[in-house]
Order: sequence, then structure tokens, then C-alpha cells
Amino acid sequence: MSEAQTMNTTMTPMLDVDNFTLGYTNAEGRLVSVLRDVSLQVAPGEALGLVGESGCGKSTLALAMMAFLRSGSQVQNGTIRFHEQDLFALKPKMLQSLRGGRIGLIPQNAGQSLTPTLKIDAQLYEALKLHSDLPRSQWRQRAIELLQQVRLPAPEAMLERYPHQLSGGQQQRVAVAMALAGQPELLILDEPTTGLDVTTQAHILELLRTLRQELGMAMVFVSHDLGAVARISERIAVMYAGEVIELGSSHQVLLQPTHPYTRALLDAIPRLDAEGLPPSLPGYPPKVGSITQGCAFAGRCPHAQPICSEQDAPLAALSGHQVRCHLAGELKRPASDSKVVQLPVQSSDEPLLMLEQVQISYHRQGLMDALLQRPAPVATVDGIDLQLNKGETLALVGESGSGKSTIMRAISGIQPARNGQIRLKQDDLNLPVEQRSKALKRRVQMIFQNPDASLNPRHTVFEILQQPLKLYFGLNHDACRDKAAELLSLVRLAPHYLDRLPGQLSGGEKQRVAIARCFAGDPDLILCDEVTSALDVSVQAAVLKLLKELQQQRGVTYLFIAHDLAVVKAIADQVAVLYQGRICQVGPVSEVFTGHHHPYTRTLLNAVLEPDPNHQPVIQGDDCSEQYPPARGCAYQRRCPLAEPRCKEQLPPWKTDGGNRIRCHLELDALATLIDRPQMIKAVNA
Amino acid sequence: MLKLILQRLAMALFTLLTVCVLVFSITEALPGDVCTAYLGRDAQGARLENCRQARNLDQPALQRFADWGTGVLQGSLGTSLKRDKPINDLVATRMRNTAVLALGAAVIGIPLAIFLGVIAALRRDRPADVLISGGSIFAMTIPEFVTATVLVLIFSIQLQWFPAVTTVRHNAPVSELLPNIVLPMITLALVMMAHILRMVRSAMIDVMASDFVQMARLKGVPFWRIVCLHALPSAMLPTINIIALTVAWLLGGAVIIEQVFNYPGIGTLMIRAIYDRDLPLVQAIALILATVYVLCNLLADLSSLALNPRLRTTR
Ligand SMILES: Nc1ncnc2c1ncn2[C@@H]1O[C@H](COP(=O)(O)OP(=O)(O)O)[C@@H](O)[C@H]1O
Ligand code: SF4
Ligand code: SF4
Ligand SMILES: [Mg+2]
Repeated sequence: MSEAQTMNTTMTPMLDVDNFTLGYTNAEGRLVSVLRDVSLQVAPGEALGLVGESGCGKSTLALAMMAFLRSGSQVQNGTIRFHEQDLFALKPKMLQSLRGGRIGLIPQNAGQSLTPTLKIDAQLYEALKLHSDLPRSQWRQRAIELLQQVRLPAPEAMLERYPHQLSGGQQQRVAVAMALAGQPELLILDEPTTGLDVTTQAHILELLRTLRQELGMAMVFVSHDLGAVARISERIAVMYAGEVIELGSSHQVLLQPTHPYTRALLDAIPRLDAEGLPPSLPGYPPKVGSITQGCAFAGRCPHAQPICSEQDAPLAALSGHQVRCHLAGELKRPASDSKVVQLPVQSSDEPLLMLEQVQISYHRQGLMDALLQRPAPVATVDGIDLQLNKGETLALVGESGSGKSTIMRAISGIQPARNGQIRLKQDDLNLPVEQRSKALKRRVQMIFQNPDASLNPRHTVFEILQQPLKLYFGLNHDACRDKAAELLSLVRLAPHYLDRLPGQLSGGEKQRVAIARCFAGDPDLILCDEVTSALDVSVQAAVLKLLKELQQQRGVTYLFIAHDLAVVKAIADQVAVLYQGRICQVGPVSEVFTGHHHPYTRTLLNAVLEPDPNHQPVIQGDDCSEQYPPARGCAYQRRCPLAEPRCKEQLPPWKTDGGNRIRCHLELDALATLIDRPQMIKAVNA
Repeated sequence: MLKLILQRLAMALFTLLTVCVLVFSITEALPGDVCTAYLGRDAQGARLENCRQARNLDQPALQRFADWGTGVLQGSLGTSLKRDKPINDLVATRMRNTAVLALGAAVIGIPLAIFLGVIAALRRDRPADVLISGGSIFAMTIPEFVTATVLVLIFSIQLQWFPAVTTVRHNAPVSELLPNIVLPMITLALVMMAHILRMVRSAMIDVMASDFVQMARLKGVPFWRIVCLHALPSAMLPTINIIALTVAWLLGGAVIIEQVFNYPGIGTLMIRAIYDRDLPLVQAIALILATVYVLCNLLADLSSLALNPRLRTTR
């Protein structure tokens, strides 16, 4: 056992991972280690956070804590013990009763982890049948209690639903209820809030905190999001390339980070209270199995010494704070190793994109509707007025379903607007994409969230870049090749990438290729749909910086969708807050974030997490997602804590404060004072 | 849900109507008519005239289509030329025979194919899978008459367990038919199983790798319960259409196999009708087969609805 057993010396740990090394046989037939010499303990009732970039082994370790190995994996060394029992030595029957019973799992994507062909009741009853002594007659009662415990409204109705009939937040709550059915002593949470809206995430985290207090479970909380980990964990283990490189209390790790990697990771997180772009972490984590000796971080570390790549870094323990670094004792924090990037804004007053009273609806009035004289449902997006100057960035923010992507689809012509005007300078963008001229198509380009889906896996990078070059400029093969290499250098990729396939690139590199492809057309307007949300924070910072630099060099204009408000603050000049397809607030970033807030903007800002154990998000209203915008009045009326009777009837007017415009019936001063009303701040999520 | 079912039904009816029109127009478009085709070299003079009058061929095409259509709607498929009998009587027993054969093959073949497909998927790339998958590819590639001949060689000629060809009349009671259907049934089952099995195998491999199956394991659900309850329904979804096509193929009379075994089914009847240039009979059989296909596909759609909650419910 490692010497760092300073915590809980009197109590034996509930879970004891001891010198655990796990490998798998890779494509070349070599056994490579994904986890190396991992030692950590979890005491009863304690919450441990596991953080690190994607691919560093977090989920592998979490699943190994349930003795689950992906196919092809094997334990090379060490043990994982649960109450003194070696998990990998258990008989299958014992393991089955442990999994989902005393050790429960809450998966990342509950939507895909619930069986799509079984109703919620069947799935909960199954857990009760396997892991409780309750007779069949009491399952229903218990299932309802469990759904109430995870604060789901109308539990009886919920039992009758199929997973796809629930929203993302509800699915996640059902997954929690299912784990609770086994009365777990240890709950393993694998990225339980990744992919959820900020508001939903804040609610789920709050629920997990409450449940832990009520039930006294221990938790292992896996996430790449240090803000989420900070909300739950008492101790945090930072992983890099399969090793635990820093382990300590959340205060130690988040406020006095010592390992250079932890510091870089924390620095790369965009913050609401910081100016400019966060510094990025150069390079990529090493490939699994490529590091056989020395510190795995040496290739990216700003403090690396010759000794670092020659000798494995020892695990230094400083009063319960373990750091795997040769220089652990010498690296003192004052703060970061890197500086915030400030790039000057170079926008002009020349309007490029104009949206006037744009209305978009997915509904088509069919023959039956006409015959039965059914009225058309309320439009998905309505009354959008936006103007964007050349060289500027406008961000659209709002929860999922708020119509951000729909507006982009209208601008790109995939889902043309039903009413209103969209113009790019003088040119009409109301045309569907098929009717647009080649030149017009060239001037509006898109980058998507998931480069895996937007890059053809069977085309080389050159072929991917060649398509727009041929299409828009009619270049021949050699000219394409030169131009493609030039584009790659624009996105800071070496020319030898031209002959690679997307499968051979990392997530960040793929996104760079997607950006290069988009610049191949030399566009005026680029639509960026959540372009960094699938990336790790360290990579995200680099991609944001690249986008900003390209904007300066090329004078392009961005329409930017992001759910992370701190990212928006870092990159955008203007921001529009959308709720149910209606703009609530719009204006320059500085004024919208610091000036008066629309109640919805306030809700979003309050839910933002910080990688700081002392920070508490404020939770308002409930997180139920609405299906349809209200037909009359304010779009936010159903969730607004300040709603008045007139909000249900009359469309609220615009209130202006400099460039900051807010659509609300209340006076701006009233918004400012009422916003901190104590009853608003407490969670009212019944 | 009800709306969806009604939509599918309407679609099926519409397809059948189109098929009626098509079948009739194709026969019209052929050079000559039923009588010239049937009489062949004798198609001239009074014989031709008589024949045409007897079959109302002197009436305009639209009128005849209306008559034929009315007949079909009233359940009468017309009269056979060669045999001069109501087609209904000719078709009924043959269809029964084919149905008995098809049912037998389906009842054995489909569950066995699903079972073997699941086993192959679960033992992927291990001996059991190699054997099953290899066997199914083999069964797919050799022509069905070869399979039939080999079976006849072994079971009729060597072992003498079952008759090699059917000797009973087409209207014999089912009990007399039974020993005769064993070999064609096994042949049919072998041929159809391969397709279903391969589809089940690949769907099952995908589903077993899905997040919800992994979750079920980590929930402590016993292995076979995961396979049957969590995985199989999803794996069956892409398989349903293949099964429907197979059943349609079986019911449509597996012509070659019926020929090899001289089995008095609808396939054999069709071949005869074509030889005899008995156009009304060909027309009627074509219509029946089309109906079988449409019904099987309708059934497949309805089963998909039953199996896939996403199709049947709204958010
Ligand atoms: N293809 C579609 N058909 C019908 N409704 C759709 C379609 N795509 C999106 N919607 C609806 O449009 C609304 C806005 O969605 P979207 O633009 O994707 O929002 P966001 O980008 O903010 O997540 C949602 O209520 C969604 O259900
Ligand atoms: S051991 Fe060396 S390379 Fe590794 S983190 Fe410490 S200083 Fe950097
Ligand atoms: S108009 Fe009314 S409901 Fe809408 S945000 Fe203002 S106070 Fe809330
Ligand atoms: Mg979206």
C-alpha cells in the first residue's frame, strides 16, 4: 500500500486500489498499459473526484472499480479491493450481486444507457428484483419512492414512459434512481452531467449532493469538468496518461495545484471573471504505451529537466497531497505558468449579416390540417432581429432546444426562414441552399460540433480540402496540393498531415482540419455550431485562440453557438440570449455579462460552475424542458420567478441600457434589485 | 399509433390496386391476346372468333378491366383457359399446399436462425461462430436444387426415410401430404435460414456493444437475461424486414424446390400455367403472389411498430 495513506488511518478504506496496472493488447499485438501503478483509497461516505483529459484512463479506472474490463483488457499488476475483497477474484455470481447493488454506476449518457425497448418501470423493477428483498407486490411503490427521491415530477406517469420520451435531465435522474434501487454504499459516476445544459447540470449536481447527505454513500465522481468535480468531491485525483499525477483534497488540488499538468489544466479553463482567451496547453497526451520511462508529461511540461525523461517521477507526498513530479517540492504556486491571451478586436462598422423579424418553423401545414382547419403551432423561432458587423463575433446562447441551431440552419439555407429577411450585405439569404449561387454558398461556411461526423472517414485530409478548392476555384491537382498545404499551415498543422485519414488524427486535429476546410472557400461568414464542446479544455483553448487569430488575419465574421458562457465571454463581441426561439437579451458581451440581466440570463449565469470548491452555483426554478413556446406573452413566463399576470398576455417591450437590450415587462432597476430575492436563490425544484 | 396503422393499411391497399392495374395492363400490352396466345398456330378464323367471344375479348379493355376487377373484389379470379375450370378451385388447394410447406419451413427455420445468429454473435470469432457463419455462407452460395438433390440422395435413396418426389394428388388431405413435405421443408429452411442468421448475427454484435447492454451488465443483470430481454428486441428490429421477405418468398412458392420435389404447390401451378399460356391463370397467380408480398410487408411494419417504442410513441 502506498505511503500516502494519511487520510482515514484509523478506518480501513472501503475501496482500495493498490498499485493497479491494467493493459490491453493493441492493434500491433503488444500489451500496453492504460493504467499504471494507480493507488488510491475511498473511505466510507467519502467523495473522490477523478479528472483528466479524455483518453487518460478515467473511465477505465472507474469501471475497473466494478471489476469490469473492456474486451481485450487484462489486469497486469495490483489489486482493487472492496471491503477487503479482491474484486477480480470474485465469482461471477458474487460480482453480479455486487454490481448494481452495493456498488452502483451512473453512466455518462443515460439516454443511451437505458434499454430503449423497455419501459422505465421494467428497468426499475429489474434492479429491485436483483438487488432488494422486496416482494414483487411492493416494487411499484418502491419505484415511485425512488423517482420521488430523485425529484422527478409525476412519478406514476414516468413509470409508464420509454427512455426516449424523457428529456436528458430526466433520463439522468432515472439512471440515478436505478442505482439507488440497489442501496449502494459506493456510487460510481462516469461523467454524469457531461452533455447536459448548464442549468440541468447544476440541478443534477445539487441532487447528487443532497442524496449523498441523505444516504451517506461514498462516490467516485469522474469528469473532465473540474467545475463539476469541485461541486461534489472532497478529494480529487488528477490523472494523466494512465497515472495519478496529483491527489489531494479539493482545496489542495484546485486552489494550490502543484503538478505542472494540473496547473496547465486549470489555467486553460475559461472563466467568467477573466478577460481574454485562456492560455492553451501545447501538444497532446502521449499515445498509450509510448511512454516506458520518465515522466509522461515531459513532452509538454514548461519546467521539464533532463532528469524528467530519464527517470520515472516519484510520488512525493506533502501532508496528504501527493504529486508525481521530480520538482514537486520546488514548484510553488503563485499561480499560473502561462498568461492570458489578449487579442485586439478589429471589427468595423460595416454590417455584414442582417436578420429582420425572422420566423422559422419546422411544422408544415398538411392537407389534413387544412381540411380540419387546425391552426399551425407556434413557430419554433420567432421575431429574431440581429445585426452583425464584418469582423465581429456574435454568440447565440441558451439551453438545448432554444433554437440556436435552427437559426443557423436558416442562415445556411438548410431550413429556410418562413418569414422575415436574412441578408448577407446586399444578398438575399432567404433562399434555400439549392437555389443559392456558388459564390454565395462559398461566402457562408459552417463548422460543426463533431468533426467525426462532418469529415468523411475514407477521405484523406488532402481530399477533404481539395473538394472546396475544386468546387469554388476550379484549381487543378497541383495547385490544390499547394493551397491545401497552405491551409494546413493556417491551422498550425504540418504538411505531412495531407495524406492522413481522419481516423489517424486526434479530436483537436480533426477540428483543425474542419476549420481549414471551411477557410478553403475564403468565406465572409462562418457559422460555428458548438465547435469546441466536444474537445478537452486544453484543446479548446487552442482552438479558440486559432479561431480568433484567423479572424484577425482574414477579417471573417463568426456566428458562434456555445452552451458554455465562459467560452462565449472569451471569444464573442456580441451575445444574444435565446429562450424557446425568442431573444431575451442582446448586446455587447461586456455589457450583457456585467450590466443588467434578463431573468433568464441570470439563471444561466447563476448555474455556471467554477473549478473552485468554495464556489456555489445558484439554482433557480426547475430544469424541466418545455416542448412548445407559449402562444402569447413572454417566452420565459412559465419558468420566470418574477412573472406577473401581464407576462402571460402581452409581449414584453425592449428595455435599453446602452447597447444592452432586455425584453421584459419589469423596469431594469426592478430586475437589478429583485434578482437577489432570497426565495429565488433557493432551489425550488419540487 | 392508430393513425400509423391506418396509414400503413391504406398504403397496402393502394399498392394492391396498383398491382391489379399493372398486371392487367401488362397482359394487355403483350402482342396478341389470351386467345392467340392459347391457340397458338390455330389462332385464326372461326376458332379465334369463338374463343374471343366466349371470353368477352371483343369488349373494350376498360370494360374488361372493370369486369375482372369486380370479379376479383367478389372473390372470383376468373376461369382457366386450358382447364376450363374456375381459377379459385385450382388455386385454393395449391395455395394450401404451399402454405403448409412454408409454415413448416418458417416454424423450424426462423427460430433456429435467430437462435444460431445470437449464438454466433455471442461467440464471435470463436469456433462456434466460425462454424455457424461458415455454414451459412456455404448454404447461401450453393444453388437450392443442389441442396435438394443432396438431401434426396441421403434421405430418400440411401436411408429411404422420406419419399424423393411427391406422389399424392394436389387435393389430398394434409395428413397424406405430410411425409412428402419433410425434404422440401428442410431444403427451404436451410436456404432461408442463412440470410436471417447473418442479419441477426450482425445486429446482435452491434447491440451487445451498445451502452445499454454494458449498463445492464454493470447493473448486475444475469447474462442470459441481458441477451433475451435487453438486447434481442433491439437486434430483431433490422431483422424483421428480412424475415418478412423470406416468408413472402416461401409463400410465393419456392418455384425451383417445388419443381424438384414435384410438389403440388402454387409455384408448380404457375410454371404449368406459363407453359400452357394460360394467361388468366398467370394473371391470377401474379395477383395472389403480389398480395402475399404486400401482406408480409404490412406485417413486418406492424411488428416493427410493436417492437420499437420510438415508432409507436411520441415524446
Ligand atoms: N428536424 C426537426 N423537426 C422538428 N423539430 C425540430 C427539428 N430539429 C429541431 N427541432 C426543434 O426545434 C427546436 C430548436 O432546436 P435547435 O435549433 O436544435 O436548438 P439548439 O440548437 O438550441 O439545441 C427544438 O424544440 C427541437 O425539438
Ligand atoms: S517530472 Fe519534470 S516533466 Fe514531469 S511534470 Fe515534473 S517537471 Fe514536468
Ligand atoms: S416579462 Fe415577465 S415573465 Fe418575462 S422575463 Fe420579464 S418578468 Fe419574467
Ligand atoms: Mg443544438
